[in-house]
Amino acid sequence: MWAFLHRFASPPHFYRRAGAIAPWLGWICLGLMAAGLYGGLVVAPPDYQQGESYRIIFVHVPSAWMSMFVYVVMAGASAIALIWRIKLAEVIAIESAPVGASFTFLALVTGSLWGKPMWGTYWVWDARLTSELILLFLYFGVMGLYAAIEDRRTAGRAAGLFAIVGVVNIPIIHYSVEWWHTLHQGPTVTKLSAPSIHVSMLVPLLLMAVSFKLFYVTVLLHRARCGVLERGRNAGWVRSLLARTEPE
Amino acid sequence: MTMTESLVDFFRMGGYAFYVWWSYVVVTVVLALNFVLPMLRHRRVRRDLAQELRFADRCDEP
Amino acid sequence: MNAFIAIVRRDLLLAMRHRAEAANPLLFFVIVVALVPLGLNPRRETLELIAPGVFWIGALLATLLSLERMFRSDFDDGSLELMLISPQPLPLIVLAKILAHWLVTGLPLVLAAPPIALLLGLPTSSLAVLLTTLVLGTPTLSAVGAIGVALTVGLRRGGMLLSLLVLPLYIPVLIFAASAVSAADGLPVTGQLYLLGALAVLSFTLAPLAAAAALRISVS
Repeated sequence: MWAFLHRFASPPHFYRRAGAIAPWLGWICLGLMAAGLYGGLVVAPPDYQQGESYRIIFVHVPSAWMSMFVYVVMAGASAIALIWRIKLAEVIAIESAPVGASFTFLALVTGSLWGKPMWGTYWVWDARLTSELILLFLYFGVMGLYAAIEDRRTAGRAAGLFAIVGVVNIPIIHYSVEWWHTLHQGPTVTKLSAPSIHVSMLVPLLLMAVSFKLFYVTVLLHRARCGVLERGRNAGWVRSLLARTEPE
Repeated sequence: MTMTESLVDFFRMGGYAFYVWWSYVVVTVVLALNFVLPMLRHRRVRRDLAQELRFADRCDEP
Repeated sequence: MNAFIAIVRRDLLLAMRHRAEAANPLLFFVIVVALVPLGLNPRRETLELIAPGVFWIGALLATLLSLERMFRSDFDDGSLELMLISPQPLPLIVLAKILAHWLVTGLPLVLAAPPIALLLGLPTSSLAVLLTTLVLGTPTLSAVGAIGVALTVGLRRGGMLLSLLVLPLYIPVLIFAASAVSAADGLPVTGQLYLLGALAVLSFTLAPLAAAAALRISVS
């Protein structure tokens, strides 16, 4: 297992393997997404309380899940990179940040588009919305720090350390925001409680969640391939790779 | 109910068309960008590296 | 331990030599707090409602402005590198720097709080709670800020980035402290104060370790 991991983490091996796997994952992701969209937009019946507007759930909830999942992956990869100095983990951590930020952004936008018909306003200082916004700031912090430091190795390690600091803080921030929210909660906002979700809605939701996860992995593999190439610009394997595919 | 009627009904989303379709549009655009940009970047990186390599080779030759 | 005391003393001495510079955050704080009633309306009820938040946001920004000083001059003159290679444990040194920073910026805020509270029309009954939140909260700001400064110390223009890194991490302190002050008029506030204390203990244990690791990364 350990030997396998080490072999997989070697840049040339990863570059080849990722290039082979990514298209497959991409197609599976597309298929699942199509099935999920069909199930969610066409098959699932309208909600008896929210009518058709609840259909935003099929993109909103997977985005929100992914926004947190990606952050945890990023922090985990950063920890691995800092402790065992595995370059690939560093690349994965850094290349995850923009994807995670995209998911967080989507969760916020779809959340407020859902909030307008349900709550009557695009934005409420709801605990979950607020902590999602702060999560976006943390993503921007990681990306900004990485972009600001010139040396790529130093930048990767500094951004990784900040990601870990963030992951320690996320629960604290989340609970403080929740607590603050219960103190300030006005009576105007009526949160519609969703009891048990019906199977016809649950299945497309899960399909979408899985396809979002696969989407993340696919994009991450693509991005990590670029990152590995960029960092290994002077390595022998990059030279031979490019020499082999040279058109002339 | 004819085919077109049910299609129109589908796109109306029970009066929530604006919210539902805009959120799907935003999601599609952002995910597409996330997919396309690394592709372009990959091509650019390979082109740049190849150019660098050619340049280095030319410098090596006397 | 000697090194710890030596570093605290050195930093205090340096701050004393540059008194004008050390006083800047406090002046900034006073000006921000004085601007808010001018921008809003100075009616008593409005002020009373927003005073705790204004007070704490001012304290946050003032601390943020002064954070860079924690490692910047040491980085510029090379003494930071000596600290990195010294046989003393780096987290201990960082802890000393945090303590010195708090003594120079946090403590003046605490001392200046009563007159500023009067300026904002905070009821005198909540003054004790305000002071307690400041005593418990500002050390956390210095400690968490140390991580951010340590990460950005090698950058020439780290100021904006520093605020992006540090301000989200300050949110819990802001929430608990401001709500304790606004609740001080008759509602129980021990919960918030305990949480502030817990945050202070947590940040003083973990932040020196994280900041030391960050220094090792960014100064290399």
